[in-house]
Amino acid sequence: MGFRLAENEKDRYLSELLQSYHVFAPVAKAGKGAFSDTDVVGYGEIESFGDIVLDRKSHFSPKEVFYPVRETLFQFLKDEVLETTIDEKPLVVLVRPCDLNGVRRLDTIFLKNGQEVDTYYERRRKKVKFLMVECTEGFDTCFCVSMGSNVATDYDGALRFEEGSLLLDIKDPALATEILRDRPEADFQVEYIRENKVKVDAPPLEAVTKDLFDHDLWTEYTSRCIACGRCNTSCITCSCFTMQDVQVNDEKNLGERRRVWASCHIDGYSDMAGGHNFRKKHGEKMRFKTMHKVNDYHRRFGEHMCVGCGRCDDVCPEYISFSKCINKLNQIAKEVAQ
Amino acid sequence: MSINRKTVTKNAYRITKTRDKTCLRIRVPGGHLETRFFPLIQSIADDYGNGTVHLTTRQGFEVPDIDFDKMQDINAKIRPLIESLGLDMAIGENGYPAAGTRNISACIGNRVCPFANDDTTRVADNLEKAVYPHDFHFKIAVTGCPNDCIKAHMQDFGIICVTEPQYDPSRCITCEACSDNCRKKVTGALSVRDFNIERDHEKCIGCGECILKCPTGAWTRGDKKLYRMVIMGRTGKKNPRIAMPFLKWADEETITQVIQNTYRFVDNYIDRSLAKEHIGYIVDRMGFQVFKKEVLEGVVPNKEAQIAENITWGGYWYNQNLEFK
Repeated sequence: MGFRLAENEKDRYLSELLQSYHVFAPVAKAGKGAFSDTDVVGYGEIESFGDIVLDRKSHFSPKEVFYPVRETLFQFLKDEVLETTIDEKPLVVLVRPCDLNGVRRLDTIFLKNGQEVDTYYERRRKKVKFLMVECTEGFDTCFCVSMGSNVATDYDGALRFEEGSLLLDIKDPALATEILRDRPEADFQVEYIRENKVKVDAPPLEAVTKDLFDHDLWTEYTSRCIACGRCNTSCITCSCFTMQDVQVNDEKNLGERRRVWASCHIDGYSDMAGGHNFRKKHGEKMRFKTMHKVNDYHRRFGEHMCVGCGRCDDVCPEYISFSKCINKLNQIAKEVAQ
Repeated sequence: MSINRKTVTKNAYRITKTRDKTCLRIRVPGGHLETRFFPLIQSIADDYGNGTVHLTTRQGFEVPDIDFDKMQDINAKIRPLIESLGLDMAIGENGYPAAGTRNISACIGNRVCPFANDDTTRVADNLEKAVYPHDFHFKIAVTGCPNDCIKAHMQDFGIICVTEPQYDPSRCITCEACSDNCRKKVTGALSVRDFNIERDHEKCIGCGECILKCPTGAWTRGDKKLYRMVIMGRTGKKNPRIAMPFLKWADEETITQVIQNTYRFVDNYIDRSLAKEHIGYIVDRMGFQVFKKEVLEGVVPNKEAQIAENITWGGYWYNQNLEFK
């Protein structure tokens, strides 16, 4: 159902939401940019719609709101285990369509990949409702249209910030707070971006062969990539994690198990027993990531993992463009096919 | 020709090797100049000099080959340049009011450089307003990080912009990019313990590298702008040496007051039989403790600040018998 809120009513809607939800949105964190005297746009709790930053893309994706960078799963003492609990208050997270499509990838990995459901993900994820912010302009590095993730309809509510008013499309009645009741419906159809500056063609699945695996394309990235992992930590769909067991007493039987994000670009990711590592070169790491994002995942789940948010391009200190890499891969696939 | 050499020098004109010719020294505090001044500098070089300028090590311009009798005309013309210093005094058409305290130079700072912990030009501009004009020979430079590209360690006062890194363990993925880098490139102030990073505050030099290396934003900058002050570095014909740390984690007010107090210290103890005496030699003669006591008088350092108990400078003495074959 569509509604229109006047400028002076917007924050009343938000304050009503805040009675039942933590509300997260992209905000500017003053002085917290890596460079001095800069801010960084990342996800944080808001108290006013005025806190939201939409004219810049968030540096980090919204995934950290419900998939923490670091999370203690349980604590242990000898044979006893105490699972951690989480804040019971549910969350509303403001996202763009690309990110909402990214969340579906995360859901797939954590909830639909094999027989077991990741309960630690699930317990947080089921507390989240998404308010999708209409996005019709995008940014220079976006390629959501190419990845088919410019459109998302599985939102709980959608927003359009207009001059002087806020338009809402509420699907989940729980998000229709007091101020929306008995209000005349407004006509609001969410619009989507239909063309990005960057266009990407992922190679057809069957075109990705062993020839591409061994191609020289990847050696370029061996010299360019510095394996910092920013592409992974900013990505909405990177879901890899590792475990950390911390023992705090001398007997080493009191402690906790945490899981933390892992990055396929950072050394140690592919370490195996006996000190083996099958992806030592940075180009090989780039290949692994690329193949997962635009090939392997698709083979298993029927859609590409990458949603084209372009954050990896934005944050790479070496100016490596992932969209360009995909296009190169496609070009080479064509050449190899001939 | 009759000129008062001291008046001329104080007015930022040099005695040169060519009789009757002088050379104008233009200050550019913080080494950053609006290009709107370029035509003015060019016109002085073209109309009064020989059509060239020299870029000095202190980041000023020297305009050579000027007739002494043109000083008055030039002083009237350069008024906008002097006004742009933003000094708390009336600027007339008499040119620079002093030249003893040298141009405060700065690396490019955070207007461009990702390593810089502050806007060095802003800091230099503020210091310029606090100490200039003054006839005492003070050399001050501001550098954005301990890489020290401006060579703050060669100054009487070198200001090194630092940041006190803040660690948020909830964002740390233990990639060890910060600790590896700190060990290899800096002081090894970071270590890993139970998958957390521990920072040794005594080893940390506040360079901010850990913040730049962190892929998750677990390391961020402290709220306060802080500075390391290194003092009494010098070149010269007796005992060249690098400056040594006097203050760590000091704020801008503290470093400014210390420099201002040093003018009083110099006034108390300078050897007036010399045309000029570098501060470092005065400190050598009086002893560091006397210097320290006098420059900290009335100063209430910020709570993070640490002050050197003692300083032993190094360098070498030209008059020592170094062995050469």
